[in-house]
Amino acid sequence: MTQQIKDILKSMDYGPAPESRDEAAKWLAAMPKTGFGHFIGGKFTTAKKDATFAVTNPASDEELARVALGSASDVDAAVKAATAAFPAWSGLGGHARARYLYAIARHIQKHSRFLAVLETMDNGKTIRETRDIDIPLVARHFYHHAGWAELLETDYEGYEPVGVCGQIIPWNFPLLMLAWKIAPALAAGNTVVLKPAEQTPLTAIAFAEICREIGLPDGVVNIVQGDGATGSAICKHPGIAKIAFTGSTDVGRIIREQTAGSGKKLSLELGGKSPFIVFADSDLDAAVEGVVDAIWFNQGEVCCAGSRVLVQEGVAELFFDKLKTRMNTLRVGDPLDKTMDVGAVVSHEQSDRIRALVETGETEGATLWQYEGAIPEKGSFCRPGFFTGSEPASTVSQEEIFGPVAVTMTFRTPDEAVEIANNTRYGLAASVWTENINLAVDVAARIKAGIVWINETNVFDAAAGFGGYRESGFGREGGREGLYEYLKADWEAGGKKRTDERFEPSGHTAADAQVVAIDGIDRTPKLYVGGKQARPDSGYSYAVTGKNGAVIGQAGLGNRKDIRNAVEAASKAAGWGASTGHNRAQILYYLGENLDARRAEFSNLLSLSTGVSAKAAADETERSIRRIFWYAAYADKFDGAVHATQSRHVTIAMNEPWGVMGIACPDEMPLLSLVSLTLPALAMGNRVVVVPSQRHPLLATNLYQVIDTSDVPGGVFNIVTGERDALAGTLAKHDGVDAVWYCGTADGSEMVEKASIGNLKATWTDKGIARDWRDAKIGQGREYLRRATQVKNIWLPYGE
Amino acid sequence: MTDLSSAAALAKSNAHMNAGTPLTPEWFESIAVNTSAANRRAASLGGRRTVKKEFQAAWLVRAITCIDLTTLAGDDTAGRVARLCAKARNPLRADIVKGLGLEDERITTGAVCVYPTMVGHAVKALRGSGVPVASVATGFPAGLTPLPQKLAEIRYAVEHGADEIDIVITREHILTGDWQAMYDEVSAMREACGHAHLKAILATGDLQTLRNVYKASMIAMQAGADFIKTSTGKESVNATLPVSLIMLRALRDYGRLSGQTVGFKPAGGLKTAKDAMLWLILMKEELGVRWMQPDLFRIGASSLLADIERQLEHYLTGRYSSLNRHAMA
Repeated sequence: MTQQIKDILKSMDYGPAPESRDEAAKWLAAMPKTGFGHFIGGKFTTAKKDATFAVTNPASDEELARVALGSASDVDAAVKAATAAFPAWSGLGGHARARYLYAIARHIQKHSRFLAVLETMDNGKTIRETRDIDIPLVARHFYHHAGWAELLETDYEGYEPVGVCGQIIPWNFPLLMLAWKIAPALAAGNTVVLKPAEQTPLTAIAFAEICREIGLPDGVVNIVQGDGATGSAICKHPGIAKIAFTGSTDVGRIIREQTAGSGKKLSLELGGKSPFIVFADSDLDAAVEGVVDAIWFNQGEVCCAGSRVLVQEGVAELFFDKLKTRMNTLRVGDPLDKTMDVGAVVSHEQSDRIRALVETGETEGATLWQYEGAIPEKGSFCRPGFFTGSEPASTVSQEEIFGPVAVTMTFRTPDEAVEIANNTRYGLAASVWTENINLAVDVAARIKAGIVWINETNVFDAAAGFGGYRESGFGREGGREGLYEYLKADWEAGGKKRTDERFEPSGHTAADAQVVAIDGIDRTPKLYVGGKQARPDSGYSYAVTGKNGAVIGQAGLGNRKDIRNAVEAASKAAGWGASTGHNRAQILYYLGENLDARRAEFSNLLSLSTGVSAKAAADETERSIRRIFWYAAYADKFDGAVHATQSRHVTIAMNEPWGVMGIACPDEMPLLSLVSLTLPALAMGNRVVVVPSQRHPLLATNLYQVIDTSDVPGGVFNIVTGERDALAGTLAKHDGVDAVWYCGTADGSEMVEKASIGNLKATWTDKGIARDWRDAKIGQGREYLRRATQVKNIWLPYGE
Repeated sequence: MTDLSSAAALAKSNAHMNAGTPLTPEWFESIAVNTSAANRRAASLGGRRTVKKEFQAAWLVRAITCIDLTTLAGDDTAGRVARLCAKARNPLRADIVKGLGLEDERITTGAVCVYPTMVGHAVKALRGSGVPVASVATGFPAGLTPLPQKLAEIRYAVEHGADEIDIVITREHILTGDWQAMYDEVSAMREACGHAHLKAILATGDLQTLRNVYKASMIAMQAGADFIKTSTGKESVNATLPVSLIMLRALRDYGRLSGQTVGFKPAGGLKTAKDAMLWLILMKEELGVRWMQPDLFRIGASSLLADIERQLEHYLTGRYSSLNRHAMA
């Protein structure tokens, strides 16, 4: 007997409760002599001794394994295997794929304890969390997506798989992130090349074994181990059609830049500094437990961690006292001990980084409160804690610490809480604590974040989308909305490349050019900014030529300052998104009505400008009016969803507008393409800055008169004429623009995608492929509405 | 740290721990209790903490010392009560006590709990053991007897030697929001208790909402209850972890606001050693080790002890035990 029972009766300590590591140790001992290889084409490769890296247990610093370091040629072999497997896998049909995904889910459950122990040893997170949270969610994700595979053909008509997906995942939830990536990709009919983080490669190997166990066809899942260079090789590989990345915002930027112009579909799930808002009327004890789940869950290594705790001033002192008391009942130590709340952070590099940031916080004057108990000397453990006296301006309030340390701030009113909450570059998640349903839902609606939890935090389910606003990335994982990241509209595969899109408008009119005489008085088209006509900042106009090269007028030569002004005006017109869909519909119908009243004028101008026949011009005008009506009709009908997640929960998926959108239009069908691109954006509540066809801008400048008479609020619909790519580049670079749609050239698409990295705005570019705007299956549809919105999931638990 | 060797003495301490306060509705009237959050906390507790091997054995012994070994049946007799009291004196077989190294510790249950007319039998049977006698009273379990009779019942039990009185509150006062009526009633009961401790049974299954539970807890404590207790064991839902969690939070808040100390007693539904461990974990997590001792923590139970005995024998022998190997209560 190690301790006398009578002594324990005095101390009432918990004592050790170790989870056995025997099975995982046996598995590790069976590692091939040179280390674990990659999983390519259904087989494990042989690791080359001089091209491996060490995997350590962060809780003990012992080396667990050696794993092959993937080279560009390993990536290439994996892409080849995935490419070879794609036709059969995508052609297999939803039901057959569902059977495989179902088998994976079952086998995850059969091996659940082994996977939990291995994950804990590899990552340092507690066995409580791997056993009760990570692994059950992994199984749940595969079950849920087995269902989507089954339903794909009926529920996603008009969509097809993307192809080979390159997936790069982080070390904080290794197997869960693998599941979030692989399950939807496979369900949709794609094949994958996945790279685990170099800190935590082991459960992916165990997963590969499960793929073999269930007889998954070779090459459907390929796992290449390695570091950033391996990831980069995946991002650059021309055989990959889509990149899905979860990790830091900095790396997300690099990937956005690397993949620009490649035509690769992209989803990014990046960092966060999520607000955790405690109102005075909340259940403070429950909110204290919420903080435990927010920032001390998974050692704080959670992208959606509630790391900025905002507390209403009147209860702040009491709340912080309760929090200090609770913090000291945490148990920090050996993550394989079943009674631990906080294990080791993933590496010494990470714990050093956390410590350095915490020191900065103290240097800047914030007060640090730390867990006072013992923490192990060996291994990379970090002391849980939180700051008081931190301000929005503090470094620790802005930088993601990615460790078990929160900052706190106080606020006075709900408005101020929302203002502080939104005062960040990120927008991943938020947690709102109040017993007042009015306040809860109001704040949830006003916070710019992809996930808002009411009176809870860090609750996950495969049926709800997960992903961020702003610099927390774009795209969703999970739920109906998540599957679109692994599909493409079937029409996007077709289309012809545009020719002759190069255009250099000149502010100088040639001496011999004569403006075609239009009956009546000379006209001066202007830009349209903030509901008013505006002269271009440059003071220049450019000649607009029509049929046979005749000059038919002049348009303002907009520049970066005009874009700046237009974005400013659009930013101020936020009321558009908050107004009812009915309201927006009325205004858009009215726009259609007024265009209809002037259809002859627009048809004539179309003929004059583009040289099409009167019949074709009339057809384009007619289709434009119809398209306006179609989107006006949708303004109050693009409904969100209530996801079936956990019991006693309403999980509301709301389609929210991006905010300010930049839209660059092509030259073909200058009226219809402009309408097709702007109307879905407007119907969903976005404000737009439109660069109309650079060759045929007069359609747009005539249109602003229609806009003027249609009660469109100032700043909602802004038009800047001029050189498309220059203006589109300024829009793409502008941090106040939330999304950019670009139709033009392949080079322009690349330029826009590259320029978007500043605030990581979502982009939709056409890679220089023209669309037949007349075709309602191509030029119109719910896909445009989906692209004009982002999904916010609000989790509302109930029960008295 | 209070010395455990005097567990029985500690349990029998005659001083009232809680002086009470005037009725102070602002401490509870606008209380927020989020049920989903309470359920979540309660549900995760068993996954977050566990106790193994010798620690588990020690914790189980501690649970025994906190049991109010109870018989509350219509067919109770002097003989039945005597058998129960014999078990309370010696809850564990001598060889198990020896195996655990606790020969010098005088392990008894926290108390025995009976009806008022059985108090005299229990006092006689427990003489010299130091084990206190608790009596339910005040028209247990429904509590709808007129107040004078309720008070007379308390006095009867105290006169016959009860050290502790488990009163039931009038649920109506909480369900209709008559705080003053509940406060006055419990205050009168406390006065009738004299030196005996008052344990206030809130019958949380009848109160339904956690907000009601919090309010009832706070009023009972303001009126001077030495313990707050979940249930009579006769409601359709008795002690649950979420209800206990909210009562402990009320108890903690009361301590912070008044400076007084109050004990907690879950009753009804704790049948297995695992249940006992869960509630001990809850006490340790929410209030600390001080509230894991019999003067501040009791478990109202009748069949729980038998399961704990079997677990302890298994700990010593490595064999799963059977009920007939342990003396019945």
